[in-house]
Amino acid sequence: MTSTTTGAAGTSGTVVPEVTFTIDDVEVSVPKGTLVIRAAEQLGIQIPRFCDHPLLKPAGACRQCLVEVAMPDREGNLRPMPKPQASCTLVATPGMVVHTQRTSAVADKAQHGVMELLLINHPLDCPTCDKGGECPLQNQAMSNGRATSRFVDAKRTFAKPLAISTQILLDRERCILCQRCTRFSNEIAGDQFIDLQQRGARQQIGRFDPAVLGFDGAGQATVFAGAEDDGTPYTRAGGMPPVDESPERPIGPAALDASGRPFSSYFSGNTVQICPVGALTGASYRFRSRPFDLASTPSIAEHDSNGSAIRVDHRRGVVMRRLAGEDPVVNEEWLTDKDRFAFTWQTAPDRLTAPLVRDRTDDGAPGELREASWAEALTVAAEGLAAARDGAGVGVLPGGRPTMEDAYAYAKLARVALGTNDVDHRARPHSAEEEAFLGHAVAGRGIDVTFADLERSAVLLVGFEPEDEGGVVFLRLRKGVLAGATRVFSVAPFATRGLRRVRGTLLPAAPGTEPEVLDAIGDAEDAELAAAAEALRGGVVLVGERMATVPGALSAALRLAERLGARLAWLPRRAGERGALEVGTLPTLLPGGRPVADGAARADLAAAWGVESLPSTPGRDLTAILTGAVSGGLAALVVGGVDPADLPDPDLALRALEQTFVVSLEVRASAVTERADVVLPVAPPAEKPGTFVTWEGRPRPFAQALTSTALPDHRVLHALAGRLGVDLGLGTLAAVHGDLDELGAWDGVRADAPDMAYSEPPTPGADQAVLASWHLLLDLGRCQDGEAFLAGTAPRPVARLSSELAARIGVDDGAPVTVSTDHGSITLPAVITPMPDAVVWLPVSSPGSTVRTTLRVDAGAVVTVAPGTTTDVEPTDGEQA
Amino acid sequence: MADDDLTRRETGPLDRPAGSEHEYESLLPRKGAVGRIFAPAAGFGVTLSSMFRPTVTEQYPFEKVPTKPRYHGRHQLNRYPDGLEKCIGCELCAWACPADAIYVEGADNTPEAQFSPGERYGRVYQINYLRCIFCGLCIEACPTRALTMTNDYELAGPTRRGMIYEKADLLAPMGEGMLAAPHPMVPGTEDLEYYRGEITGPVIEQVDWVAQWRPEDPTLDAARNRAEGAR
Repeated sequence: MTSTTTGAAGTSGTVVPEVTFTIDDVEVSVPKGTLVIRAAEQLGIQIPRFCDHPLLKPAGACRQCLVEVAMPDREGNLRPMPKPQASCTLVATPGMVVHTQRTSAVADKAQHGVMELLLINHPLDCPTCDKGGECPLQNQAMSNGRATSRFVDAKRTFAKPLAISTQILLDRERCILCQRCTRFSNEIAGDQFIDLQQRGARQQIGRFDPAVLGFDGAGQATVFAGAEDDGTPYTRAGGMPPVDESPERPIGPAALDASGRPFSSYFSGNTVQICPVGALTGASYRFRSRPFDLASTPSIAEHDSNGSAIRVDHRRGVVMRRLAGEDPVVNEEWLTDKDRFAFTWQTAPDRLTAPLVRDRTDDGAPGELREASWAEALTVAAEGLAAARDGAGVGVLPGGRPTMEDAYAYAKLARVALGTNDVDHRARPHSAEEEAFLGHAVAGRGIDVTFADLERSAVLLVGFEPEDEGGVVFLRLRKGVLAGATRVFSVAPFATRGLRRVRGTLLPAAPGTEPEVLDAIGDAEDAELAAAAEALRGGVVLVGERMATVPGALSAALRLAERLGARLAWLPRRAGERGALEVGTLPTLLPGGRPVADGAARADLAAAWGVESLPSTPGRDLTAILTGAVSGGLAALVVGGVDPADLPDPDLALRALEQTFVVSLEVRASAVTERADVVLPVAPPAEKPGTFVTWEGRPRPFAQALTSTALPDHRVLHALAGRLGVDLGLGTLAAVHGDLDELGAWDGVRADAPDMAYSEPPTPGADQAVLASWHLLLDLGRCQDGEAFLAGTAPRPVARLSSELAARIGVDDGAPVTVSTDHGSITLPAVITPMPDAVVWLPVSSPGSTVRTTLRVDAGAVVTVAPGTTTDVEPTDGEQA
Repeated sequence: MADDDLTRRETGPLDRPAGSEHEYESLLPRKGAVGRIFAPAAGFGVTLSSMFRPTVTEQYPFEKVPTKPRYHGRHQLNRYPDGLEKCIGCELCAWACPADAIYVEGADNTPEAQFSPGERYGRVYQINYLRCIFCGLCIEACPTRALTMTNDYELAGPTRRGMIYEKADLLAPMGEGMLAAPHPMVPGTEDLEYYRGEITGPVIEQVDWVAQWRPEDPTLDAARNRAEGAR
C-alpha cells in the first residue's frame, strides 16, 4: 500500500515528530502532517472517498469523506467542530478526536447526504458503463448510501460520449467533479489537457472545446460514434448515410495530434484508471468486457527500459486491457499510454504460429516459405548453421527486446554452439565507443542510480528526451522538480515540451557538438555552464542511447561525471537492452560484464559453461556483421526481433539478409521473415515468463499471462543448439536462472573506459543543416501496430528549425519544408523553434518521416533543407506549450 | 438372523467406541407376532391399491403436456415493439449465472448499425445448455427484461457444440409489424423512452431507413403497414 505523505522529498535522516490523536476511540501516532484519512487507513478504518488519491495533493472536492472532529482548545478542553470535516484535507493535530461513520451518527448521516447529492445527477447506466463492477461510486453507494432514491425529477443530461482524444472518451453525466483527472494532468504529468469549465449545475470537465461549450458559430459538438468490429474508430465509409458532423478545428495555434485534435498527453490513460466513476473511459476497451470476467496477471511493460509494473487483464486467452500496477520504487501508479494501450501487436494478424521453411528450387535458388514441423524446421536451421559455422561464420542479432533469459540464450548459443563472438543486440545506431562505454561503466555494475535518485538530485540529460524516450523517468523528474529537490539540465538542440515541463535548463548543443558542451560544463567563462556545473556536483548524469552516434560524447560524459563527482546512468529505449547487456550479447562482452579480451574472464566462463574454451577474438558489431554478410565474411545470421527499418542502414540490412542463410526467431512476420530461410515462431511477452532489466539494472521478473503453446526464445534456441549437437542447458526458465546464478558477478578487470577525441562536426552550406532526430513515444514502431485509437493520440510529425534557417531558405512557420539527401526527401510542416542555427529536427520513425529508410542518414548528418511544395499532413499553426 | 444383520449395519459397530456397553435400540414400536408374519405381504398393498387409481403416466413425446406458465424453459432474448433488441450486452446475466453457462460480449451501437437503444448492445450471446441449471437468476439480473424464459423444455441434441445456443437461436421471433434490427431508434427518443415502454412500434422514418439500406428485408412490408396505421 502506498502511504506517501504529500511532498515527501525522501529526506532520510530527518526525524519527523509524531502526532498522537484518536480515531474511533483508538489512539494512533502518525508523523506530523499526516492526513486523517491516511491515519485511518493505517488503523484499517475505511472512510469512503472519491477525490482522495495518495499520490495527488488533497483537494476536498467530493466531500464524501466527512467525519466528526473535536479538537482541544487553548485551555485543553475538547471542542467539537460545528460541522463534519473532510478527512482527506484535515491534517492530524495532537489531541484531536475523530469519529468516522463507524462511531458517529453525524458523520454517517453526512456521508449519506453527500452520496445522495452525488447520485442526483449520476445516470443509472451502470449496466452499460465500463466502470460497472469495479466502480468506487457503485461500491460506496452500496456501503455508505441510501438504499432507495428520493430524487424523482429528471436528471441532468449531456451529449455523450465526447472524444477528448481518439483514445479517451468523456461521459460528463457520470462525472462527480472529484478532479482526480485534472489534478493528475496538472500535478503529475504537467500537460493539463482537461479542466473544469462552466459553473453550477453545468460544471463539467472538458478541454474548452467551443462546440461543447456552445459558443456562437462553433457548430455542434460531435460525440464518439463507436468503433468497428476490428477495433478501429468508426468512420463513415462504405456508402452509409452521412451523419451530421461539423468539422472540429482547434482555435488558435495549437499542437495537433495525428487525428487533428490538440495534442493531449502521453499519460492520458492514467486518468481513465483513477477516475472513480465511469466518466473517463478508454475507446479501445469500451464495452469490450466486464471486470468480473477478466483474469488479471501482474506483469511488466515491454515498451521501454523503465520496467513499469502493469496488470494484464485477459479473458479467454485474449488480453482486453492493461492497467498500471502499483510499484512505489518504479512507476508508482502511473503508466505511459504506450505501455497501457499498445498490446494488440502481440495478436496481430501477421502473428507467426508455426515454423516456416523456405523451399529450395531444383537449381538451389530460394523458393517460397512453407509451414513445417518443428522437427523439420530445427533440422534445416541446424544444418544451415552448422555449414556456416564451419565455413565463413555465423552472426547473431538478438534485437533490443528479448527478456534477459532469452538474451542469455542468444549469447550462449553464439559462444558455445556457433563458436563466435559475432553477437550484437543493438538494433539501432551504435559505435565501438559505446561498446567500450557499456563494458566499462554499465554492464555488471548492478543498481546504482535509481528512480528515487532522480527525485532528489540535480540531473543532467545528455541526448535523452525524457518524455519521448522514458515516460516514467519523466514523471519522476517532474515529481522531484515540483518538490524542489531536483534540477534538470539538458544537453539537446532545443527545449522540448517535456523539458519545459520539468522546468529544465537547456544547454544548447547542435548534433555532434555534445562532447564539446559536456567538456565545457564548469567552464568559468560561461556563466550558465558554470552554474550548471555547480548545481550538478554530486548529481546524476543520464546518457541516452542515441549518444552512440556522436563520436566522443560518451567519453566526454564519463569525464564529466568524474569531474563533477556525479553518478552516471545509461538509458536505452528498449526493454531488453540492459538485460541483454548484462548477459553478454555484445561482441566484446561476456555475461556479467566480463571482457572477451580478458583470458581469465573467458576461462571463468568456460568452466561455468563446461566447455574447453571460448572464442577469444572479439566479435563484430551489428554493422560489421551486416557488412560481413554482404561481402561474404559471414554465411548465416540468427536474427531475433529486429526490424531492419530501425537499423542504421536498412538497405544494408536487407541485402545482408538476402545474401545469407537466415534463421529468424520472430513473433510476427516482418521484413526479416520475407528473407529468412527458416522462421521459428516465438512467444510475445504476454505468453511467456521472463525478466526485463530496467535502465537502473533492476531485474523485473514477470509471469506468463496467457496460456500458450508458443515457446520463448530460450527454449527454441536450446532446441536448436541440441540439433547442433550442443546442450545449452536452457530448456526451462529455472535452468536459465540456475545457469545465471552459477555464473555470478564478475569481480575481475573491466573493459577500459573509452577515450575518444571530439571530432568537429561537418559544416553545412547555406541551404543545408545538420540533422537532429529522435524517436517520439508514439510512432511507427512495430510494437504499436493495430492500435488505431492510440496512434491517433500521437503528436503530429513536424520538422523543427530555427528562425534564421527558416528565413534563409524562405519557409514560414507552418509551411511545408523538405529535408532531403541524395537518397530521398521528407516533407513536413515546419515549426520554428528556438534552436541552434543550421539544425533541422525530424522524428526518426513517424508517419511521413522515416529518416533512416528515406534519407538513409542519421542524426548528425548534413541534409539539404528547402521549402516544400506539398505535405502529407496538414500544416499546423505552430506550437504552444 | 436378518434382524441381527440389520442391527449391525445400522449401528456400525466400528463407529461405536471400543468397549461401549450400549446396544442399539430402535425407538419405533416393535410389531407384534402377527404383524411380523404378514410384513412381506404388506408391501404389495401399495402396488395393488395403485391399480385402482387414475394413471399419471405421460405419453411423451406422443402427447405433449403444457407446462405451468412459469416453468423455467429455454431462454429468449426479447425485442422492443419496433424490433430493436432489448439486450444491451451488460453481462449481468453472465455474472449472476451460478453455472457459468452464459457468455456475453458487448459492443458499440453505431449510427449505421443500431441493434439496441442506447450505446451498447450484445454482440455475442451464448448460453451453454449443457451447463444451464434453469435457476432463473439470469432473468432476475437482467436490467432491461431482455432475457426471459420460455416454456420450451425440449432441449436435447446430438452434439455438445449444438447445445451452445447462439444469439440467433435465442432471439425472440419477429412479432407482427416489427422491423428487423439494425435500424435507428425512433427519432427524438433516447434509450429511457424505450425502457419506460413508450415505444409501441416502428415509425415511418425507421422503415424508410431500412428500405434505403436493406430493401430486401422481409419485415419491411408489415412494418410499413403498422407504422402507417399508427400515424
